[in-house]
Amino acid sequence: MKNFWNNPISPHNKRGTKTSILQGLSAAWPICLGYIPIGIAFGVLAQKAGLYPIEIMLMSILVFAGSSQFIAVSMLSTGAGALSIILTTFAVNLRHLLMSSSLAVFLGDATRRKLTLFAYGVTDESFAVNHTRFSRKTWSLNRALVVNHTANLTWIVSSIIGGYSGRFIHQGAFGIDYALTAMFICLLIFQLKGRLYVLTAVIAGAVAVILSLIIPGSSYIVLASIIAATTVLGLKKWGAR
Amino acid sequence: MIHPEVIWVILGMALVTYLPRWVPLVFLSRRNLPRWLVEWLDLIPAAILSALLLPELVTNGTPRHIALWQPELWVAIPTFVFALKTKSLGGTVVIGMALFWLAHSVT
Repeated sequence: MKNFWNNPISPHNKRGTKTSILQGLSAAWPICLGYIPIGIAFGVLAQKAGLYPIEIMLMSILVFAGSSQFIAVSMLSTGAGALSIILTTFAVNLRHLLMSSSLAVFLGDATRRKLTLFAYGVTDESFAVNHTRFSRKTWSLNRALVVNHTANLTWIVSSIIGGYSGRFIHQGAFGIDYALTAMFICLLIFQLKGRLYVLTAVIAGAVAVILSLIIPGSSYIVLASIIAATTVLGLKKWGAR
Repeated sequence: MIHPEVIWVILGMALVTYLPRWVPLVFLSRRNLPRWLVEWLDLIPAAILSALLLPELVTNGTPRHIALWQPELWVAIPTFVFALKTKSLGGTVVIGMALFWLAHSVT
């Protein structure tokens, strides 16, 4: 019964499935719009770094984590060793640990099989879209799965297109470089549900900027997030005493 | 045609990317988390999104340096206002892209 509100229509009848797919798609399209240019750009870079289309496709299918794929390709082109690329990927993608933990709160009655499938598609973008809807209690795991897999498919197809033909697409056309930034701006606004959230965002943003200037790589994202959330929770507990 | 070395890199990357996504979902979702942890996790999305976004707006290059006079930052202001007023994700993406494109064709 805990999941009742997430499933106003039973997921087992046909209309329920259709609703899940339609609602999932309508939540996913802004992500896809952002992934197309970035996927194509990735494909172009990977092809320039000497990867074959089949390798580009395999990486997008098996890894499915944009920023680390860009980094891996640039490391491959400079002749970096396998172990250092894999360790860098681990460091860059460790932030998903926080995202999956945050999503786990809403998924108490999901089966292990579905969670295993869902885990595959946890990205910055799908996390923010799904988390917003889960916390409004208007979301189900099936809809979240539609979001993840639509985004995933878009990513895979775009990176393959990039691998074959991206060199003909003019860099910077239609403001495509800004798609994900604009999406993050809106997703951040969805998360600002009160003063404490605004304070968390301000601290995280300021700490992230400072850390990004002094430490190389992208570990500033995880560090700044942990520092901000811990500080604000500390202030909240201290204020409540 | 494939490079065996690249395939090993991809498999290794896949493993270290999937595990941090999978472990918390399977092991945290089935237990009752302490209240402080739930409250802490509730603050994480706002923190992560801000930590992802802000350095992109106000810094540039590798190694990063402060860059306040870049279109990334000033296009963000009307985009932010639009998102705040409309709460439309798709609309914000389209407006942000259009403004960024405009900013680039002007400069």
